[in-house]
Amino acid sequence: MYIVKRFMTMILTIWVIASLTFFIMNMIPGDPFASDADVLPKEVVENMRAKYNLDEPVPVQYVLYLKNLVMLDLGPSIKSESRTVNDIIASGFPASATLGIQAIIVALFFGLLLGIVAALNHNKLLDNAAMIFAIIGISVPSFILSPLLINIFAVKFGILPVASWGTWQHSVLPTLALATTPLAVVARYMRSSMLEVMNQNYIKTADAKGLSTFKIVLSHGVRNAILPVVSFIGPLFVSLITGTFVIEKIFAVPGIGKYFVDSIFNRDYPVIMGTTVFFSTILVVTLFLIDISYRFIDPRIKLTSKGD
Amino acid sequence: MVKVLNDSMFRPVDPSKLQTDEIQRPSLGVFKETLLSILKNKLAIIGLFLLVVIIFLALFGPSMVPYSGSQQNLTNVNKAPSGEHWFGTDNLGRDMWSRTWQGARVSLTIGFIAAIVDLVVGVIVGGVSGYMAGRGKFGDRVDSLLMRIVEILYGIPYLLVVILLMVIMEPGITTIIIALSITGWVGMARIIRGQILLLKSQEYVLAAEKLGTSHVKIIMRHLLPNTMGIIIINLTFTIPTAIFAEAFLSFLGLGVQAPFASWGTMANDSLGVILSGHWWRLFFPGFMIALTMFAFNAFGDGIQDALDPRARK
Repeated sequence: MYIVKRFMTMILTIWVIASLTFFIMNMIPGDPFASDADVLPKEVVENMRAKYNLDEPVPVQYVLYLKNLVMLDLGPSIKSESRTVNDIIASGFPASATLGIQAIIVALFFGLLLGIVAALNHNKLLDNAAMIFAIIGISVPSFILSPLLINIFAVKFGILPVASWGTWQHSVLPTLALATTPLAVVARYMRSSMLEVMNQNYIKTADAKGLSTFKIVLSHGVRNAILPVVSFIGPLFVSLITGTFVIEKIFAVPGIGKYFVDSIFNRDYPVIMGTTVFFSTILVVTLFLIDISYRFIDPRIKLTSKGD
Repeated sequence: MVKVLNDSMFRPVDPSKLQTDEIQRPSLGVFKETLLSILKNKLAIIGLFLLVVIIFLALFGPSMVPYSGSQQNLTNVNKAPSGEHWFGTDNLGRDMWSRTWQGARVSLTIGFIAAIVDLVVGVIVGGVSGYMAGRGKFGDRVDSLLMRIVEILYGIPYLLVVILLMVIMEPGITTIIIALSITGWVGMARIIRGQILLLKSQEYVLAAEKLGTSHVKIIMRHLLPNTMGIIIINLTFTIPTAIFAEAFLSFLGLGVQAPFASWGTMANDSLGVILSGHWWRLFFPGFMIALTMFAFNAFGDGIQDALDPRARK
């Protein structure tokens, strides 16, 4: 059964990632309290080590870590003592999710639209303009685009805030910056897919039997052309999540990406581990869902493991 | 009036003048034909031209000016581009022209190493996996083992691996390259395996096998040449992805470390000053990243068109 097998691979992947992060973190010489050991009394350091299970041998720590993980407990943060990793993720998630979902909607909607319009005007002015836009969108990284957007919309015209988070106006520029590259990629995929579909015989048949152009394009063209684009949503999602690291930094958005990058500079190991596992789980689950849904959307693909 | 056909309306053809079997144009090898169709593709030529210029300037750019990229001059900070400093200077008075092309060296090195890893590991793993599939119990086992590894690595986002490695190792070019080597080849392996599986079911491979051709010869003569196109296309997209990853990491402060320059670190350094109007500090590294990405992508698109048999006339 394909779905079961695919599900097992997903669980396996998450386990591999979780173990990998655990052992990588354990390879670092010393522990987070190494610098405190010189200043604080021995008992205090030992208590602190005990709190984070650092006094146990590594295999025991590993089992405890996996057990907590299954219970969805990612442990305490070392740098900000009053907060757990769960707290940090919970406080960062709304902003990141808002940003990510808005960006994915913008990228898909305008990307598909641009691709369709370009394909229907193949080799005409509109097509060329759309593709020049797409090539620029793919070539310019978000961290170059963001300062440009800030400079134009926030500094020159002053219609949108420079950075920070709160009202919907704050989310416009980061969403645009995050969505541009995926938008361009979707547009290119959709254009070539649409071009191929519109050359098929069933389009000619639909045309010959007198269907309106609108109906041909929508229910025969787009319906078929969109399938290959669906398989691209996975990588799109990956690039969006990693994209948020940069965007949240530039626009000072209090999201998980920002905490993740901060935790690396602070060497806050539980936070690094927790957010890594969290990000990977989201990604792996999304990839799984897309893979499964793709096989339902496209009736030509059978749910067997031999087909891929 | 109906015209009746009769013998007098026809003339016999001199058989010696028949040209049916004559070859209309000189026969070209696959390689030559591909090269010609690439040369005919405008986009590919523009991309190639830009790449040559960028590589040339990366090699010789820094030595065209009397300043090194790390040489500070605190009496000459944040100067706009001029005849003296072609790309202006940064907040420490360092020459931006020199730094920009040193950054190009970093980017191109990372890109080409990614390509080599892709070529060596990705092609071998994908090729072996595809070729072994369906060849007895042992073959299937090799295939499924390799594919399990690929599947798991494919699920791990590449940038997360790099970031994790940065935590245990010193951030820098070496770490980026190691992270690239761990995960970068996975996409190539998947594509090559699919292509090999497809090719294996072709009649000419079956024929060669039945005629007793050795495995090595089948691989070298039939499978490899027919995967060349897809390998090259994939490479032209691997390289910009790797360059982009480096810029991204350096921008976050996890990549190339000072005093070395990379386009990502230069963009990061200039973030604060963009509001003060020192546009050249962001423009040149940003423009160079965009131009390089554009060059590779245009070249890749062009090659893809040229190698696509459906697009060939």
